[in-house]
Amino acid sequence: MSILIDGKTKVVVQGATGRDGSFHTKQMLDYGTDVVAGVTPGKAGERIHGVPVFNSVEDAVNETGADTSILFVPHRFAVDAVNEAAAAGISLVVCVSEGIPILDMARVMKDLKNNSATRMIGPNSPGLISPGKSKVGIIPGQIMDQGNVGVVSRSGTLTYEVAHHLSHAGFGQSTVIGIGGDPIIGTGFIDVLRLFEADPETELVVLIGEIGGTDEEEAARFIKEKMSKPVVAFIAGQTAPPGRRMGHAGAIVSGGKGTAKEKIEAFRDVNVEVADIPSRIVDLVKAKLS
Amino acid sequence: MNIHEYQAKEIFRKHGIPVPWGEVAETPEQAKKLAADFGKPVVVKAQVHAGGRGKAGGVKLAAGAEEAETAAGKILGMEIKGLTVRKVLVTEAMDIAAEIYVGVLMDRKLGGPLFMVSAAGGIDIEQVARETPEKIHKFAVDPLRGLRSFEARNLAFRVMPDADSAKAAAKIFPCLYQAFADSDASLAEINPLIVTKDGEVWAIDAKMNIDDNGLDRRPEIAALRDADAEAPEEGEARNSELSYVKLDGNVGCVVNGAGLAMATMDLIKHHGGDPANFLDIGGSSSPEKVTTAMRIIYADKNVKSILFNIFGGITRCDDVARGIVEAVKGSPPPIPIVVRLTGTNEEEGRKILGKTDLIPAATMDEAVQKAVELAETPGGTA
Repeated sequence: MSILIDGKTKVVVQGATGRDGSFHTKQMLDYGTDVVAGVTPGKAGERIHGVPVFNSVEDAVNETGADTSILFVPHRFAVDAVNEAAAAGISLVVCVSEGIPILDMARVMKDLKNNSATRMIGPNSPGLISPGKSKVGIIPGQIMDQGNVGVVSRSGTLTYEVAHHLSHAGFGQSTVIGIGGDPIIGTGFIDVLRLFEADPETELVVLIGEIGGTDEEEAARFIKEKMSKPVVAFIAGQTAPPGRRMGHAGAIVSGGKGTAKEKIEAFRDVNVEVADIPSRIVDLVKAKLS
Repeated sequence: MNIHEYQAKEIFRKHGIPVPWGEVAETPEQAKKLAADFGKPVVVKAQVHAGGRGKAGGVKLAAGAEEAETAAGKILGMEIKGLTVRKVLVTEAMDIAAEIYVGVLMDRKLGGPLFMVSAAGGIDIEQVARETPEKIHKFAVDPLRGLRSFEARNLAFRVMPDADSAKAAAKIFPCLYQAFADSDASLAEINPLIVTKDGEVWAIDAKMNIDDNGLDRRPEIAALRDADAEAPEEGEARNSELSYVKLDGNVGCVVNGAGLAMATMDLIKHHGGDPANFLDIGGSSSPEKVTTAMRIIYADKNVKSILFNIFGGITRCDDVARGIVEAVKGSPPPIPIVVRLTGTNEEEGRKILGKTDLIPAATMDEAVQKAVELAETPGGTA
């Protein structure tokens, strides 16, 4: 098992014929992901790396039975692409695009909640990977190993760094998921923790948070109340100055709220160990799993 | 992005919110002329991206033109929370009978806009939230519908002192929401909205913060950016699609990805050093981006060593390596550069770097330790 995606996941790539879409379609195929369709309006009938291209997500779903979509479209088209996927009955949409206005995302989330059963991951997410089974997104597959550690993170490359350490130390992963660095995202820490808790393959969860918002604090509360599996954490941004956006739109300490210190304390208060530096996460995992 | 009060007031005016007369002055003489032409008492207000202007002496009442000149003379050039005041707003002084707080912000936890009103206006709303949270009335606006008239009325009747002012405020609240939505704001605030002794309702202060992600499609708002309010390198970085925040330390860092960049800064601190900056070169980095990043960091005279921490996902290590080589070509690096490359095409990347003076490191910990040591060694050789 794993969460959200596995060997049976059928993926449609929205924007498959663009530069990034084409590159990552190939990467996903090489990893073993079952990419069944691409979508680029006006290019129906073409093939990209052997995958049939359709004019719409609806056509792609009808012809191929795709259930999961990944977007490689410029940010100004991303909202429409998410809505298109939801309207076509896609159950999981992964939004890699960065730079979507927050109000647009608030509207999308409200609309998804009102009108569909679609789950969105992102925006500003590297996607997710269930090692050895499937990857949907841009996470480099070669640094992952199949195993029992679930990883959930607001970051991209920091997640790779941590997963790299885990794999080297012999701790493979059930699923690694980047939930995205924006202030409003489709799937949060708690949603993912709930899935990991229910997944028989996952034995432990590594949570990688960062400054901004209160998602980590809420995750800490959830862990205390609802989780039986061990969780270890890392929080980035201890040296970030207040009031400044640190790359991610969501990574900002505002009005004295959202500091790394508060988040670390919230976890320690519920007996979740927090690594002081990324390379020590492995030590915490080792201590819990042996 | 922050905009100034006078700019926010202009947006409010366009959206039908009653804002009293006011104009901007950059010299005491201009302030004097504005006040003289207006002919009634004015308030002179510092235009600077910092809260607590009043307490810092940045807001002064002036009965006439001479006083306005004196007040502007005191305020212009003043430093408020480290920022120099370069402009003042000269605006009508009003007779205040009641002060109300009105604001709308993008609430992360809610996942949408939150409208807030309070009869405790005119003071720091964060203080009200801490000490007397029951005095703040909140309403989650449906972003697909906006703030509807009856919703605005219900809020207005909770905080306005009488029925007439409540009816007037109920017309203003939806305008404020619209100003917020049409500007891609993350915050739009009137503090205070006042009722005068004659029963008129006016917005006498205005604050807006803009979601940077909305600026692409709002060129008229992007144009309001005050270049004086940020370090010049930050503007250059933004134009090259790099995220850069200047800090006070001496270890310059170039990292791909915001989370890894923050973790790198933290690790520098952990190993006893001080980061000079946050710099994320982003996912699809090109050699040009790396070159720009290097130029920005070289411009910071505090920097004593530079650390590249690249974990390739979309970013190709050979692209980064080519960028570094390009940036130092022709002259040896004036400051030591430690490079850690892991991920896509890392072998090619290392080959390219192998022919240079750059200092390789295999892991993030090793790279950070080397960079911190080099920053502390006079002359730059460890």
